[in-house]
Amino acid sequence: MTNLDLTKPTAELAAQGTPLLEVDDLRVEFRTRSGVVNAVNGVSYSLGAGETLAILGESGSGKSVSAQAIMGILETPPAVISGGGIWFQGRNVLEMSAEDQRKIRGPGISMIFQDALSSLNPVYSVGFQIGEMFRAHRGMSKKAARAKAVELMDRVRIPAAARRVDDYPHQFSGGMRQRVMIAMAIALDPRILIADEPTTALDVTVQAQVMDLLKDLQQETGMGLILITHDLGVVNEVADNVAVMYAGEIVERGTVDDVFSRPSHPYTDGLMSSVPQVEAKGGRLRPIAGQPPNLAAIPSGCPFHPRCSRRRLGAEAAPGRDCATDVPPLRLVVPGREAACHYSEEVLGVAAE
Amino acid sequence: MGRYVARRLLLTIPVLLGASFLIFAMVYALPGDPIRALGGDRPLSPAVIAELRERFHLNDPLYVQYWEYLKGLFQGDLGTDFRGRPVLDTIERTLPVTVKLALAAVLFEIVIGLVAGVLAGIRRNSYFDNVVLVSTTLIVSIPILVLAFFTQLLFGLKLGWFPIAGTNEGFYSYVLPGLVLASGSLAYVARLTRTSLAENLRADYVRTARAKGLPNRTVVVRHTLRNSLIPVVTFIGADIGALLGGAIVTETVFNLPGIGREVFNSIRSQEGAVVVGIVTLMVFFFIFFNLVVDVLYAVLDPRIRYD
Repeated sequence: MTNLDLTKPTAELAAQGTPLLEVDDLRVEFRTRSGVVNAVNGVSYSLGAGETLAILGESGSGKSVSAQAIMGILETPPAVISGGGIWFQGRNVLEMSAEDQRKIRGPGISMIFQDALSSLNPVYSVGFQIGEMFRAHRGMSKKAARAKAVELMDRVRIPAAARRVDDYPHQFSGGMRQRVMIAMAIALDPRILIADEPTTALDVTVQAQVMDLLKDLQQETGMGLILITHDLGVVNEVADNVAVMYAGEIVERGTVDDVFSRPSHPYTDGLMSSVPQVEAKGGRLRPIAGQPPNLAAIPSGCPFHPRCSRRRLGAEAAPGRDCATDVPPLRLVVPGREAACHYSEEVLGVAAE
Repeated sequence: MGRYVARRLLLTIPVLLGASFLIFAMVYALPGDPIRALGGDRPLSPAVIAELRERFHLNDPLYVQYWEYLKGLFQGDLGTDFRGRPVLDTIERTLPVTVKLALAAVLFEIVIGLVAGVLAGIRRNSYFDNVVLVSTTLIVSIPILVLAFFTQLLFGLKLGWFPIAGTNEGFYSYVLPGLVLASGSLAYVARLTRTSLAENLRADYVRTARAKGLPNRTVVVRHTLRNSLIPVVTFIGADIGALLGGAIVTETVFNLPGIGREVFNSIRSQEGAVVVGIVTLMVFFFIFFNLVVDVLYAVLDPRIRYD
């Protein structure tokens, strides 16, 4: 932790123009006995202070794995980061010692998980588990850490925090447990908070409360928020930018408003059509045909082509743009919008240049 | 919790009564005549036999005999054997040996079994892990009797490291019998610890602990080991009761004058009062340690609550 300064306010850093996080061509594979599974295949993005980036994708699209790679909590083996870089405040995390990486987890980057019940240790009180952050990173006494835990539980709006600090996770409701997770994650005012499907296990009204809480906390602290989800509604509500992942790659990226109103990748388009709309009552939903690809055998060319209704193969395809053989790079389609499709302009309905 | 313990303790009374009756009936059903056996090669005179049979209620039906036994029991009298020695004295004389043996066995279970299990669990699929897996499989598949004679032969006679019989050399006398008695459970503890640890290392809350930036030691000891040891501790607790019973073979082979060997000899000479007294005591230990385990379980795992 030589030149990583975690004491400077986030806003000051933002003014210097350094992005909080830059992920460049990240590749993660799982080496198993039955072969290599390519979970993340060249993912790049950056995140600034106060920004919310949503990473959208189906299960198995590599969204959680890439987040765990950033956190440095991939189980290795079987997972191996086989390429790329992760720069946190300008320093490549992958080149740091394990100890320096550990010191970033908590005050630098912090993470909340989907299922708060299984993600909290059942045999320790919530106060103890929140307080651990202060004891491990700030060397606080047990008593001081407990007092801090009460403060944090108040901050995430857990009622009667002082009374409940010594309760165990199973004594809380689902929403309250997720608040405990959040309290733990924001304990050291992290620069970046990664929320991996934070509301998936919760019912709808509680989902909204938790998302509001995350939004408010972000406004207070200016932290960058990476929101991993498959819930389009959640993305729409809170995110600034969205990256859509498919088969371990980002297939489309842009601002949420742009991407949602006019998708430029057939997969995003398919996602949008498979969501029920209040206005389109009575109409049929159009699901995406087929199954997500097996990551041990990703289709050649565009990984989405076997399921794509707009694919062009052989003679139909423009030269060098055969969906079954030519890999479409992530490219700028219109200003502020990138997509990995040979025929994005068509999807978007604009003329190719 | 207090109410729960009280209720459980009260429940032991009918269990003990039932157990003692069953044992009593089984001894009663044994073929042969204990009084004739008492005389050995020299037959006793019919008058003496009749006298003894009368004194020990041997001519009465089973329920009368059991009733006589219970009457004594409620006055704290466990009866006497056919030579007139009080059973209570026999227990007082032999129990300490068995307790020491069981303690030695539990010590080996904890020290060897737990350490081997933890190391194997942390370094899964390593060389050491494989050694633990193979050796524990080997140990559980050898009958305890064979294992007992084998250790006597190897460590006692060939290498001469430990005494092979009796209790004259203090703790050393208990090393071989303790190991033999513990062997099966020791292997089980090692495997249970290993599996539990390996499983917990993949738990979501361990991932959370890493994501919190806790030092590796804290992640393993505080967030994995503590949770993993819950089933192990409860197993060891319940096993103490079982060890007291399992001591029969070990004590006989290693000639330790404990309750196990006493029961073995008493069954052979049909000393009903001794068998019933000691086996009922073993049943009590078993129930008691199971209760201790249940209480301990609630202490170790806050999700478990009684009442």
